[in-house]
Amino acid sequence: MGLLDGKVCVITGGAGSVGLASARLFVREGARVMLVDLREADLARAAAEIGGGAVATRTADVSRVEDVKGYIDATVKQFGKIDVLFSNAGNQGVVTPVTDYPEDVFDSVIAVHVRGAFLACKYGLPQMNDGGSIIITSSIVGVRGDGGGACAYVTAKHAQVGLMRSVAKGAARRNIRVNTLHPGPIDNEFQLRIEQGITKLAGRDGTELLNEAIPLHRHARPDEVARSALYLASDLSSFTTGATLLVDGGMSA
Amino acid sequence: MGLLDGKICIVTGGSGSVGMASARTFLREGGEVMVVDLREADVKRATDALASPNVAGFAADVSDAAQTKAYIDATVSRWGKIDVLFSNAGNPGQAAPLTEYPEDVFDKTLAIHARGAFLACKYGIPQMNDGGSIIITSSLAGVRGGNGGNISYITAKHAQIGVMRAAARAAAARNIRVNSLNPGPIDNAFQTNIENAITKMTGVNATELFNSQIPLKRHGHPDEIAGVALFLASSLSSFVTGAVLMADGGMTS
Repeated sequence: MGLLDGKVCVITGGAGSVGLASARLFVREGARVMLVDLREADLARAAAEIGGGAVATRTADVSRVEDVKGYIDATVKQFGKIDVLFSNAGNQGVVTPVTDYPEDVFDSVIAVHVRGAFLACKYGLPQMNDGGSIIITSSIVGVRGDGGGACAYVTAKHAQVGLMRSVAKGAARRNIRVNTLHPGPIDNEFQLRIEQGITKLAGRDGTELLNEAIPLHRHARPDEVARSALYLASDLSSFTTGATLLVDGGMSA
Repeated sequence: MGLLDGKICIVTGGSGSVGMASARTFLREGGEVMVVDLREADVKRATDALASPNVAGFAADVSDAAQTKAYIDATVSRWGKIDVLFSNAGNPGQAAPLTEYPEDVFDKTLAIHARGAFLACKYGIPQMNDGGSIIITSSLAGVRGGNGGNISYITAKHAQIGVMRAAARAAAARNIRVNSLNPGPIDNAFQTNIENAITKMTGVNATELFNSQIPLKRHGHPDEIAGVALFLASSLSSFVTGAVLMADGGMTS
């Protein structure tokens, strides 16, 4: 008996490390999962890794209305109404001082994270079952600042918390819970690129710099973040909504 | 296969509603559980009700150092080193205006919650396995001020978050995680007594008032809080430490 038996789940950023690890775990716990990501090739690779008939895929730019309607509709058509909507897609922007930060990069980081989560809620909620769960991947930098180089990313991750709190209030009457997941540094490609930027800016190894600031003295594995997503997706968290769940090895303690 | 197979667990306040629901959940997931509570008769009632070969009981005042050592030692001598230490014992303080608040009630409430959690960490950590988990039951009252009418409870629940954060930093080198669980109003006798006192003091039905302020429009069930405790106790939360987990139906969102 799985924690998500018979549940229909959508995971955006589904071909990335956290998305894919979550999809694998959700399927193992009995769910059917629609993986959403930007590129067809990434999705095909992700779906092949999981295998079986419990996974479907759909390409979308999560910041575009038509694409969002597209992945929601495709999910409902394929599996029925949605129980778990995991808005997890993100982009990292660049690491550079604010005075050099390019406007177009700033806008695109806000669009993917904030507009993306907004559109997921706006078009996803009407197609969700009562009692469902929405999870938005924010970050440790959704509750505190960074070293000073990632202003777009920090802004976007904070904004997602505001969005989550507001949506949680409105969705509560249908017993749909809405929470944010806040990973600290994760051992994956996405984070490594950010850390290479930190290395350049700080003149020291960005990965080691972060490990020193994490009480558990290591990065998270993607499957550890997935297990926190499972908690928020499942009935284990049935009285938790409007909450920020830090998964950061103690970094913000 | 359970989430806590073979894990040695201690639950203080183990005969109360959250403690007992958690003990039952931990047992179901394969744990061995030492139920600790103040009165021998309550401990016996709880262990009788739990009716498992994997449960034992111990009567102790958690604010007393010698009795804390005693419940730790009793657990270790029965089953071996501890994996999960759930510091959950509490008292309701007293509903009274600040300027009339009795000093002895203030001191006692601080002693049970803050000193109790401190002693559990101080004497528990040396007897825990690396990779273990400490959970401290704080409250919505640990992050908000309530209605101003129970200053000892608000102060004590805030203090527990301080204990948790400092202990999380101190224990991380051994990969022992420390987190606080912060329920909103729960449907149990403990909370009903608090609400009846508030109702008497303010003339407004506190239970209904709370429900109107909770986005999910209801109190939490003890089993739902036990679900959060299970997440924190198990490897589902392996990268979560130093965190505050709200389970408040959206009340703080």
